[in-house]
Amino acid sequence: MCLAIPGKIVEIDKDKEHAIVDYGEGTKRKANITLVNVKIGDYVLVHAGFAIEVLNEKDAQETLALFREMLSAGEDV
Amino acid sequence: MFSLKDKKLADEIVSKIKKLDVNLKFMHVCGTHQDTLVKNGLDILLKDCGIEIGQGPGCPVCVTTPKEIEEMLLLGRKGKTVTSFGDMINVPGETESLRSIRSEGCDIRTVYGIEDAVEIAKSNPEKEVVFMAVGFETTAPTTASVILNNNPPDNFSILSCHRTIPEALKAIIEMGEIKLNGLIEPGHVSTIIGSKPYEFLSKDYNVPQVIAGFEPIDILMGAWMLVQQIEKGKAFVQNEYKRVVHEEGNVKAQKAIKEVFYSADLEWRGFPTIPNSGLLLNDKYEKYDARKKFEDDLEELQEKEFFEHKGCRCGELLRGLATPKECPLFGQACTPETPVGPCMVSIEGSCNIEYRYSEK
Repeated sequence: MCLAIPGKIVEIDKDKEHAIVDYGEGTKRKANITLVNVKIGDYVLVHAGFAIEVLNEKDAQETLALFREMLSAGEDV
Repeated sequence: MFSLKDKKLADEIVSKIKKLDVNLKFMHVCGTHQDTLVKNGLDILLKDCGIEIGQGPGCPVCVTTPKEIEEMLLLGRKGKTVTSFGDMINVPGETESLRSIRSEGCDIRTVYGIEDAVEIAKSNPEKEVVFMAVGFETTAPTTASVILNNNPPDNFSILSCHRTIPEALKAIIEMGEIKLNGLIEPGHVSTIIGSKPYEFLSKDYNVPQVIAGFEPIDILMGAWMLVQQIEKGKAFVQNEYKRVVHEEGNVKAQKAIKEVFYSADLEWRGFPTIPNSGLLLNDKYEKYDARKKFEDDLEELQEKEFFEHKGCRCGELLRGLATPKECPLFGQACTPETPVGPCMVSIEGSCNIEYRYSEK
């Protein structure tokens, strides 16, 4: 139920309430974007047909480095 | 996009936890967490490290009560077009499920989301279309948004079964049946509500908490962060899933929820009534409230008592008191093809997950 899938906004409808989201491998689907503020090119998390959050790509890329840092910091305490 | 696969890092986390020689019990409340745990064998791996992690009431379909299912069955039998998510259709009521009454000619339709249900109503103006809205804080804003923005037609209504997670966690702790050393909070519920709504659990009950993502490394990291808090004698809310969850959550979604719903005392399957744990439609939107619109149709259920199926341990499972394999029905009388309880129906239910991966 709370499953949410990441995808990229490739087109925004004229009504500004829906967008085409590209999930990769040729899968594109319309999603409702009324719960987020998005622009074309943003990555979003989609749940039950609604984008529920914009993903921060920079944070995502840095996730593993952050984890490594936390692990070594934990050991020092 | 990006990959979080890093076996070396995972091994490092596991070996660090092992060295600490702990004996802890954690609970999470999310079917996707349970899927990641069981699919990747992390539940067994962590058990070897002295950590038991179980799924509490974290499956919206599973915690939906027998009464709510009977409400939908009754509306279906009385000629309404009933729409809901796939899993919900298969949950057995007292004698039948929405799927089984469909074969008797009732109009029951599976939808991907609430917008599909509104479309069905728009294309069938002669029919009364009811959407059974299940789901936690992740899903509730989708219902709210449709009411606020889509101007659904008059033949569309909602049977709200939305519930909120922090109140259920409080209930679990207060009931005191299970001693929990830490909570892994659901990543996508947290996407909406942020980290603040969990804080009282750490402050009032001294329970460490970590909001975690859904990759195997997220769960291992979440477990390690909980262990660190415990080792240092601390209890607070940490966010492991920063790439998605912001401290303040999705404010736009929170506003939509607040506008459309009010918090109500609600029963959950396996639980007594949990204060303020349900989201029901505000009076302002009562024209979309199926319980008000079809009050006469539903009247016969008001005084009725509902019971769990004999032998089914879903209730105990949802309170963290049992595992799927401890249920005598598991894999015997109860399988995904012949489910007795909702935990075997839903792909987010712990019985269904256990069955799917233990078959391989």
